Amino acid sequence: MSESLSPEKPAAASAAGKVEKAFGNLLQVRFAGRVRQGEVAFVKVGDRKLKAEVIEIAGALAKLQVFEDTRGVDFNTEVELTGDLLEAELGPGLLTSIVDGLQNPLEEVAKLSGYFLPTGVYIAPLDRERKWDYIPVAAVGASLKRGDTVGTTSEGRFTHRIMVPFALYGVYRITWTAPRGFYNVDQIVAKAVDPAGREHAFTMTQKWPIKNSLAQGEKIKPTKMMGTGVRIVDTQFPLIKGGTFCTPGPFGAGKTVLQHHLSKYSSVDIVVVVACGERAGEVVEVLREFPHLTDPYTGESLMNRTVIVCNTSSMPVAARESSIYLGITIAEYYRQMGLDVLLLADSTSRWAQALREMSGRLEEIPGDEAFPAYLGSRIAEFYERSGVIALADGAQGSITIGGAVSPAGGNFEEPVTQATLAVVGAFLGLSRERSDSRRYPAIDPLISWSKYVDTIGHELDHQIPEWSAMVKRANKFLLQGNEIGRRMEVVGEEGTSMDDMQIYLKAELYDFSYLQQNAFDKEDAYCPLERQMLLFKLINKIFDKKFKFTSHDEARGFFLNLQNQIKNMNFMPFNSEMYRNAHRIIEESVELR
Amino acid sequence: MKKVYDRINNMRGNLITVTAAGARLGELAQVHLHDGAKIFASVLKIDGDEVTLQVFKSTRGIATNDKVMFLNREMQATYGDALLGRRLDGVGEPIDGGPKVVGETVNIGTTSFNPVKRIIPREMVRTNIPMIDLFNCLVKSQKIPIFSIPGEPYNQLLMRIANQTDADVVIIGGMGLTFQEYQAFIENAEAYGSMNKTVMFIHRAIDPPVECLLVPDMALACAEKFAVEGKDVLVLLTDMTAFADAIKEIAITMDQVPSNRGYPGSLYSDLASRYEKAVLIEGGGSITIVGVTTMPGDDVTHPIPDNTGYITEGQFYLHGGRIDPFGSLSRLKQLVIGKVTREDHGDLANAMIRLYAESKKARERQSMGFRLSKWDEKLLHYSQLFEDRMMNLEVNYALEAALDLGWQMLAEVFDAGEVGINQALIDKYGPWRKLN
Repeated sequence: MSESLSPEKPAAASAAGKVEKAFGNLLQVRFAGRVRQGEVAFVKVGDRKLKAEVIEIAGALAKLQVFEDTRGVDFNTEVELTGDLLEAELGPGLLTSIVDGLQNPLEEVAKLSGYFLPTGVYIAPLDRERKWDYIPVAAVGASLKRGDTVGTTSEGRFTHRIMVPFALYGVYRITWTAPRGFYNVDQIVAKAVDPAGREHAFTMTQKWPIKNSLAQGEKIKPTKMMGTGVRIVDTQFPLIKGGTFCTPGPFGAGKTVLQHHLSKYSSVDIVVVVACGERAGEVVEVLREFPHLTDPYTGESLMNRTVIVCNTSSMPVAARESSIYLGITIAEYYRQMGLDVLLLADSTSRWAQALREMSGRLEEIPGDEAFPAYLGSRIAEFYERSGVIALADGAQGSITIGGAVSPAGGNFEEPVTQATLAVVGAFLGLSRERSDSRRYPAIDPLISWSKYVDTIGHELDHQIPEWSAMVKRANKFLLQGNEIGRRMEVVGEEGTSMDDMQIYLKAELYDFSYLQQNAFDKEDAYCPLERQMLLFKLINKIFDKKFKFTSHDEARGFFLNLQNQIKNMNFMPFNSEMYRNAHRIIEESVELR
Repeated sequence: MKKVYDRINNMRGNLITVTAAGARLGELAQVHLHDGAKIFASVLKIDGDEVTLQVFKSTRGIATNDKVMFLNREMQATYGDALLGRRLDGVGEPIDGGPKVVGETVNIGTTSFNPVKRIIPREMVRTNIPMIDLFNCLVKSQKIPIFSIPGEPYNQLLMRIANQTDADVVIIGGMGLTFQEYQAFIENAEAYGSMNKTVMFIHRAIDPPVECLLVPDMALACAEKFAVEGKDVLVLLTDMTAFADAIKEIAITMDQVPSNRGYPGSLYSDLASRYEKAVLIEGGGSITIVGVTTMPGDDVTHPIPDNTGYITEGQFYLHGGRIDPFGSLSRLKQLVIGKVTREDHGDLANAMIRLYAESKKARERQSMGFRLSKWDEKLLHYSQLFEDRMMNLEVNYALEAALDLGWQMLAEVFDAGEVGINQALIDKYGPWRKLN
């Protein structure tokens, strides 16, 4: 490929510099020439080149954050500035890949350097050898804009669109297209001219600066539910395709189990898992298990719909910051193909800590708990990259963002949780109290909320009228039940009126047999929406009914029995003979009582 | 060629600055005092030709015209079989009166293990402590701290774990150890004849705090080499609170903005880069880390235990000389319980804990003067047995014996229908029929 045909950017006059100050992974570099804010630089330490990013420019000094261990850097170490921003490489083959925060494919890195991660090794993210079956779509003479489809290839069960690079603005007229055939990602599949007559060549890959939002099309209001198979989420605190949610919780409350569950069972096309500053062992479980698990919606291996960005806690901190942006950029790329994508970031607190570390070295004036003042806006900016996009061809793609938050001391008042709550659409708060009493998933219904209840209700009303009203009533039962329960601790069961006792017991029953769910049981782990609706109707029958009891003991006995029966039913295969019988018996015992 | 400078510009806390060209970040230097002592320092910051070094001993007595010699290498650990049975300080110098350790040198604080090369652990580490084996199994390659408070026998617990395991190499990283504690580790290793597979990196309470910064790195760098060679290594780190406090001290001397109670924002990453060295290598060795974190003020939300809890795979709470069955958690236990252990393990352990939790409520009712039901009395009886036979740290049973004992205890107190265990398991393992 000749120079004039690799046209994404006019070759930037790259600058060079020398290290003047160094502390941790912050370098101050005296440079000559042109430097772009945010551009990538390489620091030459011995025969290695360490990747870095320009984060501040002051006169002839540029401040660089280095993505690796900086041991070995000295006064006057040479620095080479590339002129390019920190970019993701996008193209077929991203699915099933496991990359670090700088998009190094970790499997390839392992082949090259064994057990330990090397410094200064950067490998192309996509497989250069693999050939893809390319089908041209745009005809010669067609005028295309950024994001328009040039051709397609198949990536697993998905039609992967090869699009006009998003970095190219304006209209491009196709002058040549490759015939259908097998090509690798570096081969030219189309050529085009821009209005100025310059020729451009397109391959199946393109690059995009990860810190900028990648979107082409009109952003529209999300309306479709994202099913998760978790009853407390789908029914009580529903999520929406194109929406956002966060799952804060203290350690040991089950964040990881919940995140894993969502990555397995969410009703989306593609899941991008960003393991950002958490335990490596947790990613290993995903890595080793997903290839053997099947997607409940398609029956295919879960790995085929998964991208893993893995920058665990002992990997370089600065790359932890970029891992989140890399993940969302990959998600945005697939959204442009009309797919529904879920991005799970575990944990955004570690990302915020990476910001804090750098802010401290830059000697910025600290905000709350030493987090930088711009923490809130960075978090907002990240979650705003979610949403539904209506594409030019009428298709729609969405990104749902779910961020785990690890609040210090389990205290939700801390800055990261607060800044996140301000921008998300649903809050699934995990509490120590619930996990200690083994009420899993430990999403606390008393503190959690979802802004999507009405939207989802609108969608589900066709199947069950008054859905959102029922959900709200159920929540009210929980609040009242909790209040009565507290009072009961003081005045005792006997001092509680029978009406209150019933509310309390109904709330307990709802919690025990509906909201709680066994993530390790084969049947109960995943509860499809259809099954939830049936069970929720039954629960509402119980809510509606005014029971008559002669004593508190009798009431308690009745409800304990009932909730155990429902729980047992949850362990039965849906619509099996056994299940239908159990359902009938429970219904009868409620009606006849 | 080694670079030597004889002018120290500033001294502050454990930091000195020297005007030196060509010093590299992380490079090791030696300060030669007038009295002949030589102390190590490493480069922390470069500002033009002004170099800030962190000194790993007390700076008291260093003179402005003492020589600073840059060694052209990073801090290294010496590794090899010669290390076994030795006791060294934080910078790797012998403190057992023996000769200098000879062997291969390895840089400390090396890069992370590649996550894709990790495998899911499936092997249990037997400690013969029922509160661990039965309820919160330790799994090979796990990283787990003991959360405790000063005065509790956490070091004894560490020693017991070390004595029971069949690890090939035991590496003890001691931070802020008192003379007595240090001596106890030596005596224990001698008494159990395990000295020849033990290495100790010891920072004593009388040494300057910063010296303990190197202890985990030294211990783990050696552990990593042993593990890659195919050995199962158990690393005991006590007390990681001293380590975190040393980090705080340096951060504050460096004028870094503290994030929480004086600790720097990097505390999480600093702890994680050590604990994450725990690893299981496919077809090779392993590193298992058991640490001690003493909680200042018995407060689990203090930044040290809090950050630790987010990093490690569970924790053992040591309170009142016993391992608390409620706060303690082994995140990896699901990988071995009932899979490599006996089939009744999971159900039995759950039932025992559930009943013990209920017995706590019965005890509350008793202390509030309520009249006790028959059921309450059974629970109280059970809790007594549970505390004497299971929670007592003195007891020493193999897992199978502990499981049998568990059944025995249940049968002594409850009817088979009251324990809420799957009938098939009761028929197979329950001793009820035999009793009748």
